[in-house]
Amino acid sequence: MDVFIAIVQILDSTIRLSVPLLLACLAGLFSERSGIFDIGLEGKMLVGAFAGAAAASVFHSAFIGLGMAILISVAFAMVHGFASITHRGNQIVSGVAINFIAAGSTIILGQAWFQQGGRTPALQPGERFDAIVWPGADAVRDVPVIGPIYAELISGHSLLVYLAFLMVPFTWWVLFRTRFGLRLRAVGENPAAVDTAGISVAWLRYRALICTGILTGVAGAYLSMVQNGGFVKDMTAGKGYIALAALIFAKWKPVNAMFACLLFGFLDAAAIRLQGSPLPIIGKVPVQFMQALPYILTVILLAGFIGKAIPPRAGGVPYVKER
Amino acid sequence: MAQAAIELIGINKSFGAVRANRDINLEIARGTIHGIVGENGAGKSTLMSILYGFYQADSGEIRVGGKPASIKTPNDAIALGIGMVHQHFMLVDNFSVLENIILGAESDALLKSSIAKARSELDRLEREYGLEVDPDAIIEELPVGLQQRVEILKALYRGAEILILDEPTGVLTPAEADHLFRILKQLKDQGKTVVLITHKLREIMAITDNVSVMRQGTMVATRETNKTTVGELAELMVGRRVLLRVEKGEVEAGAVKLAVKNLTVKDSRGVTMVDDLSFDLRAGEIVGIAGVAGNGQSELLEAISGIRRAVSGSVMLDGKPIDLTGAADPGELRDRGLAHVPEDRHHVGLVLAFEENENSILGYHDDPRYLKGPFLNVDAIVADAKDKIEKYDIRPGNPRLKTANFSGGNQQKIVLAREMEQDPGVLIVGQPTRGVDVGAIEFIHKRLIAMRDQGKAVLVVSVELDEIRSLSDRILVMFAGRIVGERGPEATEGELGLLMAGVERQEAAL
Amino acid sequence: MSTPYAKLPAWADYGLIPVINLAVAFIVAGFVVLLVGENPFRAAVILVEGAFGKGTGIAFTLFYATTFIFTGLSVAVAAHCGLFNIGTEGQAYIAGLGIAIVCLSFDSTLPWWLTFPMAIVASALVGALWALIPAYLQARRGSHIVITTIMFNFIAASSMVYLLVGLLKPAGSQAPQTRNFLAGAELPKLNWVIELFGAKIRSAPLNVTFLLALLMAFLVWLLIWRTKLGYEMRTYGHSPKAARYAGISETRIIITAMMISGALAGMMALNPVMGDQHNVAIDFVSGAGFVGIAVALMGRLHPVGIVLAAVLFGMLYQGGAELAFEMPAISRDMIVIIQGLVILFAGALEHMFRPYIQAMFASFSPRSVGMEVVKGRGA
Repeated sequence: MDVFIAIVQILDSTIRLSVPLLLACLAGLFSERSGIFDIGLEGKMLVGAFAGAAAASVFHSAFIGLGMAILISVAFAMVHGFASITHRGNQIVSGVAINFIAAGSTIILGQAWFQQGGRTPALQPGERFDAIVWPGADAVRDVPVIGPIYAELISGHSLLVYLAFLMVPFTWWVLFRTRFGLRLRAVGENPAAVDTAGISVAWLRYRALICTGILTGVAGAYLSMVQNGGFVKDMTAGKGYIALAALIFAKWKPVNAMFACLLFGFLDAAAIRLQGSPLPIIGKVPVQFMQALPYILTVILLAGFIGKAIPPRAGGVPYVKER
Repeated sequence: MAQAAIELIGINKSFGAVRANRDINLEIARGTIHGIVGENGAGKSTLMSILYGFYQADSGEIRVGGKPASIKTPNDAIALGIGMVHQHFMLVDNFSVLENIILGAESDALLKSSIAKARSELDRLEREYGLEVDPDAIIEELPVGLQQRVEILKALYRGAEILILDEPTGVLTPAEADHLFRILKQLKDQGKTVVLITHKLREIMAITDNVSVMRQGTMVATRETNKTTVGELAELMVGRRVLLRVEKGEVEAGAVKLAVKNLTVKDSRGVTMVDDLSFDLRAGEIVGIAGVAGNGQSELLEAISGIRRAVSGSVMLDGKPIDLTGAADPGELRDRGLAHVPEDRHHVGLVLAFEENENSILGYHDDPRYLKGPFLNVDAIVADAKDKIEKYDIRPGNPRLKTANFSGGNQQKIVLAREMEQDPGVLIVGQPTRGVDVGAIEFIHKRLIAMRDQGKAVLVVSVELDEIRSLSDRILVMFAGRIVGERGPEATEGELGLLMAGVERQEAAL
Repeated sequence: MSTPYAKLPAWADYGLIPVINLAVAFIVAGFVVLLVGENPFRAAVILVEGAFGKGTGIAFTLFYATTFIFTGLSVAVAAHCGLFNIGTEGQAYIAGLGIAIVCLSFDSTLPWWLTFPMAIVASALVGALWALIPAYLQARRGSHIVITTIMFNFIAASSMVYLLVGLLKPAGSQAPQTRNFLAGAELPKLNWVIELFGAKIRSAPLNVTFLLALLMAFLVWLLIWRTKLGYEMRTYGHSPKAARYAGISETRIIITAMMISGALAGMMALNPVMGDQHNVAIDFVSGAGFVGIAVALMGRLHPVGIVLAAVLFGMLYQGGAELAFEMPAISRDMIVIIQGLVILFAGALEHMFRPYIQAMFASFSPRSVGMEVVKGRGA
């Protein structure tokens, strides 16, 4: 039974750890499917986390915090758009710049406004998104097998967790069942086709980036307002890049993205849980190896050893109207 | 006289200092097929792009159906019933036919009803015009001819009354082209107006009602097709009597320099482009390969020059084998005396961002003449470049100038100078004069004949039949990856045209 | 690499535009300073004085610049071959391992002038090898080098942490770092050079690696513009198709360029490790690899520009430290913002002001702008 409880706990933290990855990964999906590479997911999450925690703390409202996280994250996405769509700049370079600006400004502004070494004040109840306990969760907690699964895994997460997982079918639906999705996929493959069909390539890509900004904003808010109860400097700690890896791993597909993020979240959860304690058969696995595993797996995938990851064809190339 | 579908009045358009369209006036009658001919760069495509709202005219007026129209975006054009089939198809390759057709013309925010509507509409268009295509097929799995059909369907689906086609037959086999023309005639019979942009006079004569000729950005004439001749149109296009025959004497062909046997080459999609092809190239002769673009000529050139791996076959250079299916690379072939002037000088033959002198050693940068140990001998390279500039009259004569700043003809001379001055035994040339001004064409032709007179073996691939006939001692006609016939230079255009259309396949190659 | 924009005179291209872009980056940074309630002009004065006011400041500025010259050159060499090496950070980090092995083995027995060359080779070799895998994957398996090098940064970080909390940590120590090197692995300081000019230096880490950096800048110039290999790299960088036509092996050129890039990145580690800290510690690269991107862009991929840009960033780092001391509201993270803004304006938005400048030039003398508009297709 102990093993079972341990597994449930690991799966529970898998869900918690994969939520920011999933939101950021879906964010990247909108951007990259529209033909804009985005290695600035990390930075946008970070400013989202900061803006969310800061606004929640100042206005004593979790929802104002979430709104602010989204707003600022979208603003950064627009900078990326301005550079890579309007001015046809290098999208990688722009992403790197955004990550720097985000890393620096969250600390500088945090220190200037709150004087706590770059932290925001600890969020009080009502300023955070608290866990939602589903009806009957406490009652069934002691029922074997089903009890812990219902009480731990399904119930007891914050609103943003459920939102993140609802975003998966929603993203799929948007992408494959709506006009916007059709055009978005088209502009990532052949922007000239979209242009000659009388649709503005730039505006379409800006809209994709707005979606990206919204989702990275929620991802950031999750980090600072659910996982942590306040902003800490550099709190994204590479999650944006793992999300990018997950996106490639998922071959730019929403449902795959969920599984990739759950896998990477599981690796993280297992690394934390094991903390270097030996596993049966395999023996002791270094924590660092577990941490590096998502990156190693992605490299192996990219090398074409486990299927082929084909990115959107127009990805990374600024659209120049040309005959 | 039918009512005008489109009137263009005083259209001007400049790109920087280049005046692409000057003071263009044009009237296109409703329910006719109107051809617009001109050489590459004459401004045809720019004019049509203005009509389609892809570019904005600097000045001038457009009238559609007699009413002044403001066409700022393709959307405006579509709303006015103008549709366009682009030279490079504007299709999303991994979308289905239906998805491509509704893109930009969806009926509401969800796809379901759009798809359903498009499916029934497609059914109607299919019945009305014989435009059959599987609505659920993925574009990249369709042959080119069908992809083009999807483009036409896209325009019709948007309610196009006026259909513009930009060089539609460039990528088609003759059979596909014929089918296209039947479709266009049918569209005309249904009252649609068709504008056909091309540089192929034969097509103009075959199906248009009226024809307008453009030259260097101006509209030089409009004729009724049945009251003009190919000769007159050609003269109008070029501005002077075209006599493409460069004088050349008799030379006895010598030993076989390049022997190609059973060569098979596939393209990146795995489609066989060169199919079990064989021919010999001898010293002191120019062999021309004629054919409609896309029949495997490009792949043949790339394989022989070592750029693209062949699937099977053997090639002997000076009697010794070269391994085109494996190890051979362009550098090795150069060392063995095979020089190559590639079809695409902008991306292959030259690095436009380089200085002229740097391009004059491209591919020969291993030559000890240009090196001092691992270092470039810049003085020697520049001196050598100057030498070539003089010999080939390249202008401006500054070897330190960025190559992008040279005109098309001069860029081509940079490539030719580099390859010819290496004194190769075999020279293979793709599209020797594509995008080159008339003056340079003559120069380049003379040089090629001089090479042959010196006893070199020269292979010329060109889609310009006149060029092939003028230069070649022997003409091989390529169709669907095979050589379907060999003729002497005295062969008539009609005879070659039939071969290019794949008609006399039974008379296969040697 | 070709741009859809017309040509400008060289001095405007290489001088005026970078200066304008830089100025805009600083103006925006000034607004951030304003936002935290400080005076941007005073901040600028403190920054420049901190960097160049005293001998010690200059020495620190050049110490930081040394690091950035290496990473900037690393990014530039790859960029000339059309490759975006975003893995400079990881290549430098992992190179610390090579240096550690050399230094820990020989620092008690050999003098610095024997250890140093060995460490140079070791750092370059390890850095090059770390770049080899992404290069191979790009060349032979078509994996996007930007993504693989990012992944390799994280793999490098995990590996180094694993080694520094385990194998490389002396027994009984708590800190995740190697033991301190002995005199045989400490590089001589160069502060006396600055003192020759009359300035006083208390203690500053400027060391002989600076000279190595300048030498490398010269060698990179030689490589790119004066050797056959550099010619081949540039050909491939501008047009892979032209390189294929010219008989240049794609695999060979990608791997060579990336290994040179990785070697330069690796040598960066010499400066902090042997010149300053005298040990290999966790996260000793601390973002210098990414600064290299800013430096390379700012210096327009030319070694001279890179040295100048590296000094500029050295100034920001040193002056930024002073600034943090003088203005408590501003921490050293201000530099990170400025860095980001420089990358944004000098890199991603480099063409933003171009049309205006072109229009300006055209109104003075149309011929200077050139007649032809070069149309470009994205590579």
